[in-house]
Amino acid sequence: MSKKTWKEIDIASIINKPGSAKDFKTGDWRSQKPVWNEDKCKQCLICWVYCPDSAITVKDEKMTGINFDYCKGCGICAVECPFKAITMVEEKK
Amino acid sequence: MSIKIVAKTGNEAMAEAMRQINPDVVAAYPITPATEIVQLFSNYVSDGKVDTEFIAVESEHSAMSACVGAATTGARVMTSTSSQGIALMHEILYIASGLRLPIMICGVNRALSAPISIHCDHSDTMGSRDAGWIQILSEDAQEAYDLTIFAMKAAEKVLLPAMVTSDGFIISHAMSRLDMYEDKKVQDYLGEKKPAYTSLDVDNPITIGPLVVQDYFMEIKRGQIQAIIDAKKQLPILLEEFNKTMNKNYKVIEEYNMEDAEYAIVALGSTAGTAKYITDKLRQEGKKVGVVKPLVFRPFYGEDLVKMLENLKGIAILDRSDPQSAMGGPLFTEITSAFYGHEKQPAARNYIYGLGGRDISYDDIKDIFKDIAEYFEKGKKEEAVKYITIRE
Ligand code: SF4
Ligand code: SF4
Repeated sequence: MSKKTWKEIDIASIINKPGSAKDFKTGDWRSQKPVWNEDKCKQCLICWVYCPDSAITVKDEKMTGINFDYCKGCGICAVECPFKAITMVEEKK
Repeated sequence: MSIKIVAKTGNEAMAEAMRQINPDVVAAYPITPATEIVQLFSNYVSDGKVDTEFIAVESEHSAMSACVGAATTGARVMTSTSSQGIALMHEILYIASGLRLPIMICGVNRALSAPISIHCDHSDTMGSRDAGWIQILSEDAQEAYDLTIFAMKAAEKVLLPAMVTSDGFIISHAMSRLDMYEDKKVQDYLGEKKPAYTSLDVDNPITIGPLVVQDYFMEIKRGQIQAIIDAKKQLPILLEEFNKTMNKNYKVIEEYNMEDAEYAIVALGSTAGTAKYITDKLRQEGKKVGVVKPLVFRPFYGEDLVKMLENLKGIAILDRSDPQSAMGGPLFTEITSAFYGHEKQPAARNYIYGLGGRDISYDDIKDIFKDIAEYFEKGKKEEAVKYITIRE
């Protein structure tokens, strides 16, 4: 996405498009990374409730994984998971 | 056009202008010497003379914050303050201009503490001169009234906030003749407000004031800077429109007795009035002296000032505030910067005067004209910045 020049920016940097935060990938400053162990997972969805970045992906009321475009590696899901189905490892880029 | 002639103080004049503007929202906290403006206006609200939502807040920081919030809806918003109040608003002043909200302050200039003083100098609004606001200083109650009405419209046209100020007590509490327009005339002049955006349109939601990091901040600031650069071109045109409508003759920079002048005083606010009177007297003695009064301090009309002043022998630039170890007061440093590299270099001297309400007398003005002539004749040997109206 090419960046706008100063002449192309809307007045007062107002954002006219709702939900545009989705276009801004926040997952690139992670130093730790959650690893999901599907075998241990009981599908309680507590991680989904707690994740501050809505990075836990869910389909048909079932957790399907982690969206690393937005996961910041905060480790909250790993702490909150009652079944130790998520562990944090060092992010290697 | 029918004009009502009344006797009003500067504060009453500004309150009347606010009543005639009839803003949607006023959020204010009273402070000497601007208290009366807020007090009178809140009376208008209780008496049903205006349709304004009046928000009584607990501080000036909250006052300006409430003004910002209200203005994002597209409302016409005003407040009034002075001195420490302006200082407490400082943080939010930048947010108002950054969000391009045409909020108006009816200000009264008063010294900043310490030591505490309730009397006039310009340190308060000069402390906010980099905040991206239009700054207009009035010479008397009539100007305070007229320019409040003008600045409200100008702010909405250029989408920048504006402050119009009067000198504390000297104007704010002194009674003088005021020519008032009919309420309808003011309303017709202001017209319909066209906000750049509104936070209340639920079908088109927007985000106001998002976090911006290194990749966009500079571009956004540059856009804001362009707005005040453009405003510099638009304000004289808008002032001309005001003059035509209200039968006035305001200029962004006023020249008085300047036709063949050899020496001039450049001064802001009420002191320009005193200086004008003295140049009339000195002209009778054959002295070629005049006055230049920047009505608008921000945006700064440096190029115009150079044109008005370049053929003089000497310029006496008066500052009613001192930036504490700069190269002189704000008006002096701006004008001398404007002259940098210019082929003609008249002698320029800075007179810092009247801090904390210290009077400047007719004789002081005469002494300044004497001093600037000597400064020129002796070849600018002494220091450029001189403190006057002080016991040495
Ligand atoms: S909290 Fe643990 S067990 Fe529950 S859904 Fe998430 S990973 Fe599975
Ligand atoms: S590490 Fe933090 S951001 Fe990433 S999925 Fe877990 S809770 Fe969400």
